[in-house]
Amino acid sequence: MDTEYILELEGVTKEFPGVKALDNIHLKVRKGTVHALMGENGAGKSTLMKIIFGIYTPDRGVIRFKGNPIKLHGSKDAIRLGISMIHQELSPVPHMTVAENIFLGRESTKGFGWINRKKMDQEAGEWLQSLNINIDPRTKMIDLSIANMQMVEIATAVSHHADLLIMDEPTSAITDKEVERLFAIIDSLKKKGVTIIYISHKMDEIFKISDDITVFRDGQCIGTKAAADLTQDTLIQMMVGREIKQVFHKEPADIGEVALSVRNLTRNGKFRDVSFEVRKGEILGIAGLMGSGRTEIIESIFGIVPADAGEIYIKGRKVTIKSPQDAIRYKMGLLTEDRKITGAFLPLSVKDNMIISSIDDFTVKGYIKGKLANDMCRAFVERLNIKTPSLNQTMLNLSGGNQQKVLLGRWLMNNPDILILDEPTRGIDVGAKAEIHKLMSRLAQTGKAIIMISSELPEVLGMSDRILVMHEGVPKGELEREKASQERLMELAYS
Amino acid sequence: MSINPNESVAVSPSIPHHRKITFSHLMNKYGMLFVLIAMVILMSFLSDAFLATQNLINIVRQISFVGIIAMGVTMVIITTGIDLSSGSVVALVSVVAASLAHPGEYPLIIPIAAGLCIGICTGFINGFITAKGKIPAFIATLGMMTAARGLALLYSGGRPIGNLNESFLVLGKGTILGIPFPIVMFILIGIISHLLLSKTKFGKYTYAIGGNEQAAKIAGINVDRYRIMIYAYAGLLTAIAGMMLTARISSGQPSLGLMYELDAIAAAVIGGTSLNGGIGTIPGTIIGALIIGVLNNGLDLLGVSSYWQQILKGAIIAAAVLLDSRKNKRA
Repeated sequence: MDTEYILELEGVTKEFPGVKALDNIHLKVRKGTVHALMGENGAGKSTLMKIIFGIYTPDRGVIRFKGNPIKLHGSKDAIRLGISMIHQELSPVPHMTVAENIFLGRESTKGFGWINRKKMDQEAGEWLQSLNINIDPRTKMIDLSIANMQMVEIATAVSHHADLLIMDEPTSAITDKEVERLFAIIDSLKKKGVTIIYISHKMDEIFKISDDITVFRDGQCIGTKAAADLTQDTLIQMMVGREIKQVFHKEPADIGEVALSVRNLTRNGKFRDVSFEVRKGEILGIAGLMGSGRTEIIESIFGIVPADAGEIYIKGRKVTIKSPQDAIRYKMGLLTEDRKITGAFLPLSVKDNMIISSIDDFTVKGYIKGKLANDMCRAFVERLNIKTPSLNQTMLNLSGGNQQKVLLGRWLMNNPDILILDEPTRGIDVGAKAEIHKLMSRLAQTGKAIIMISSELPEVLGMSDRILVMHEGVPKGELEREKASQERLMELAYS
Repeated sequence: MSINPNESVAVSPSIPHHRKITFSHLMNKYGMLFVLIAMVILMSFLSDAFLATQNLINIVRQISFVGIIAMGVTMVIITTGIDLSSGSVVALVSVVAASLAHPGEYPLIIPIAAGLCIGICTGFINGFITAKGKIPAFIATLGMMTAARGLALLYSGGRPIGNLNESFLVLGKGTILGIPFPIVMFILIGIISHLLLSKTKFGKYTYAIGGNEQAAKIAGINVDRYRIMIYAYAGLLTAIAGMMLTARISSGQPSLGLMYELDAIAAAVIGGTSLNGGIGTIPGTIIGALIIGVLNNGLDLLGVSSYWQQILKGAIIAAAVLLDSRKNKRA
């Protein structure tokens, strides 16, 4: 059966606990085209790609590849059928050669498992040549630039005789010149009849190379249009296109003196010339795409990775912050982006997780006053409405929302003046989310300066007094609460 | 509204306390204690000599040296580290302390201070290389294991150092209220280490570093400094054990403490310390040490060959780790 479409999705749905990641997706990809997927972080693009590549299985729905319904059990199945994926994060085996990486797991042998290196080098060379990639197959991966590693990955995918190639933000780590090379390769792949699904946040790229564009939002497929029929504005319209349904509990607070100000803060390769200030009682939102330098900025302010240049002032006084200890001494608190990796002590109790940053307050001559600590924790458990059977419960057994509240409790116990919240409500349920928003609003009213990073536009717009928008490491502008809109924000973030 | 909860919120015991006590819960928490009790009961049936007071004292005294070392090793393992140097440090401490403990030369304080100093210094170096050099603890302490043994042999010329002061020998042979001095120290250091680990800032930080090093840094803990202190404490305990052992056998020996590091790690692991870090207790390690002690002694009494004893010990260590990994998977 021959069809115009290489890939057809009908009603594909995928749920994770508490979230509908993909809701009844219908998508058709024409053979031999470059098909771009766009949408905010968390819109469901990556989940969908993982389904097409066989990493996730959909809860419902049909996937047709070349007209035949397929069921994938792992990426091996996908590769066998002719579907390959270039991941955003490359994962080469660094100390093996290009040829060895290309043929990893399917090496040519002379028998008895003896590798036929000559043949592998030769074949790898041919594949690279066919894509006009000028890399010696005997080079070690570790000696290649990121862009060249990516080229090798593309060659690997092609060498699997892929008919459908998924590229997840392939240009996020390479230079403009290398992007040109990548596009040339995409062109030559197209001529060979390979279909490409291209995920990117960069508008100019999308318009340059894609034939069709599909927009995702909140796990739904909003629509597919020919690139020629779209303009930047109409595309943004499609991506935003929603009213803010949620109600945010932001109440007005008295905005006082400047609590923290940052001048020309620069970290090489991450962000540059970032200046902003945040006042007592104010919630400053930092928006921008992933990789725009949002998290890196606050890492530097908090001393996790100090900045290379620039100044930080706290209450008008210039300070040097070389470690989180310094930051804490200046009365800052940081709720990190990834609770499990940089926040929680999962094997430890709720109590220990809470008191760890303010342990000196409970300690007399190195000895922790158990009752004092217990009383304090119990009060915070109650105040933050943390659901835990006891203070001695292991952190691991709490839900995400409750873990987040425990970590928030940790910093509140320290009574900080400046509270930095990186994705404070990511991956937690609606109820806990509203509670955290309410708490933020109340904290601002007590005169705390709050910096909030969020990938969720409604949250940024709903909670912030002012929004700083970042784009590829450079601040693109600040929006006052009254003047901020989703369209305006998107324009700045994507420009 | 103030954020100080004591003003705005009445402190009440409103947290529900209904925790179900299940068999698996009990096994997780007290499993190894049950194993120890079962072993004692079994042995008392199998051998008349086992329950004799003197035999029980022997068991505890024998295990007290490794037991003391194991307490420091427990803390190191909680931070996801390891200490392979304990046995060699025992030897180095032994020959140096012995050489300063000949009758009529120096007051007792000198060999003791020298021994403790060596323990702390070697521990400090282990910690420093691990924390600041970012070298895996396995490699850093493997280096110390080799170097300290070499130093001990060099210092002693490969020969035992005898003729020790009577007052020094008390460390290994003396008794307090009829209880051998090593056992008294075992109990005392057990209590101190337990309080240190469960009730102090030092202890909380130890668990935090092992539970999630990255989070510990962001929470404001000087991870490197505490890591070094933990290794130094482990070295200190090793030195105490080394000197008592030297006194017990009345001579400084460059070959002393061979394989002690492995017995200490075994005691910690059998006692529930997780090699993944963040989990472990001193009472657990003491139970682990006692299990090894009862096993050795019991098998001796039953006339089982020492070859078999090693095989059994190995099997028990593997079983304990298996239990630990299953426990973590379930959680």
